[in-house]
Amino acid sequence: MEKFLLKNIENPDSADINEYLKAGGYKSLSKALGIEPKDVVEEVKNSGLRGRGGAGFPTAMKWKFAMADPKFPKYLICNADEGEPGTFKDRPILEKNPHLLIEGMLISGYALGSEFGYIYLRGEYPDANDILNGAIKQAYEKNYLGDNILGKGVKFHLSVHQGAGAYICGEETALIESIEGKKGQPRNKPPFPVNVGAWSMPTIVNNVETLSNLPYIIEIGGEAYSKIGSNECPGPKLFSISGHVERPGVYELPMGISLKDIIYNHAGGIKNNAKLKAVIPGGISTPVLPPDSIDCAMDFVSMPKAGSMLGSGAVIVMDDSVCMVKVTHRALKFFEHESCGKCVPCREGTDWLRKILERMESGKGTEGDIELLLDIAGNMSGKTFCPLGDGAAGVVTAMIKHFRDEFEEHIKNKKCSLADSY
Amino acid sequence: MFNETVLKEIEEIKARYPDRRSALLPSLYIAQREFGWLSREAMESVSKALNVPEARVRGTASFYAMYKHKPVGRHLIQLCTNISCMILGAEKLVDFLGTKYDVQPNGTSRDNRFSLVIMECIGACGTAPAMLVNTDFHDNLSEKRIEEILDKYK
Repeated sequence: MEKFLLKNIENPDSADINEYLKAGGYKSLSKALGIEPKDVVEEVKNSGLRGRGGAGFPTAMKWKFAMADPKFPKYLICNADEGEPGTFKDRPILEKNPHLLIEGMLISGYALGSEFGYIYLRGEYPDANDILNGAIKQAYEKNYLGDNILGKGVKFHLSVHQGAGAYICGEETALIESIEGKKGQPRNKPPFPVNVGAWSMPTIVNNVETLSNLPYIIEIGGEAYSKIGSNECPGPKLFSISGHVERPGVYELPMGISLKDIIYNHAGGIKNNAKLKAVIPGGISTPVLPPDSIDCAMDFVSMPKAGSMLGSGAVIVMDDSVCMVKVTHRALKFFEHESCGKCVPCREGTDWLRKILERMESGKGTEGDIELLLDIAGNMSGKTFCPLGDGAAGVVTAMIKHFRDEFEEHIKNKKCSLADSY
Repeated sequence: MFNETVLKEIEEIKARYPDRRSALLPSLYIAQREFGWLSREAMESVSKALNVPEARVRGTASFYAMYKHKPVGRHLIQLCTNISCMILGAEKLVDFLGTKYDVQPNGTSRDNRFSLVIMECIGACGTAPAMLVNTDFHDNLSEKRIEEILDKYK
């Protein structure tokens, strides 16, 4: 497949605006500015583009909600808080192709009637911060940003807002709180950000990859774009593959590709020909899959049918040297650390789950611990303020569903048989 | 308190947002650059510069893991031990840093050369295990690689 999102990134100067222009960059912006904003939205609607941050919500529909709100100014925020463990798909765009993102934000801003954009960038990406700020400066110099873009009377201002290490800020209302200079705790919904977002104004929060698809949609047209990948979730998708595979990395592949194909074909199969034990298909918040379930289509509609979720498309591959209790414990340590503390089921639940898993892994598990884990997870699921708690509960439930014997062994043998293998 | 140059820098940041409080996170980064960490004085300076109550400044700062909430050594190591890094040996590297460089998680070596913070995924899972030293990325880590890398941070 021809690459679009990762086009030209082998060029060491790909982040420079002149190289981007040479490769045909900013042409889609000129094209978009030549048509009415509502026609831009129509193209995006026809493309079938869904948000790439994890939820898979139709992008044009989200836009239309914000556009229907009469309040101005409207704000456009790019979610570059890529914090879901296993995910590093947005990083090549941010570091190697920043102008693609800026062009996407300009197209989106024009369509929405938004004149102010922010890139909420995770604090863990200091290089991307420098690169994005450099790219924004260049875009201002060349009049792609400012008060009269390309002489068309269109205004758009853009800046980077650096986060400071809080996973929860990837949740859009927490992100908005954080941009407003507060603790990143999710807001009650409704009202939704499309009506009452940043500084109480209509706000669109879109993922880096979502926005970076816009220049392509405008270039080839919504209809042609909708024919790429799977029917219900069209387009190219970035997958980040890590763990025990021969060729880990970020791959741009058509949405709907089989998980098995990604692992065995594109990523070169299991490292050192070891035996596959488990795959986390969409970042650690998504339910684990056993080896016999990986022949599934990687898109937002098919993955729930296969027992998991597409999430951020972050595939973590584990061979049989890995202890699933230890992995579950590590995941819960993460969720406990990142729980914002606003709601009780998440704040207490993640702590309890982590403690029980810790004693199991260290050989101190007791009879009934598995049931206790499931009971706590059941009491969190659907009862937390935002998806973080749901994710934590879902991880535990899926791990026990597929690898219950390992949890039982830990309790029975009072130890982890794989404790020292890595 | 901040000098004139820093205050001007903060004024420029404030201009990006419709209200002054939104400049809080970037101002905290500036404060720790100026003071080395988020000391009481650093946070008071932010409070004055933005005209935001000091309790709010401290409350917000404490929420975020990447601010330096206590003094750190000359170099800050931020090592990831999340799943992709863990299954490729990151936990053993934590032990190695302790033995070889006298630095424990959330601690500083006695010679004040290194501080260590355990990170929750730094987005380098494809080249795991990975760490940041100050703002430099290093990946594909092994004990040997760490020795070579840290040799450059005196």
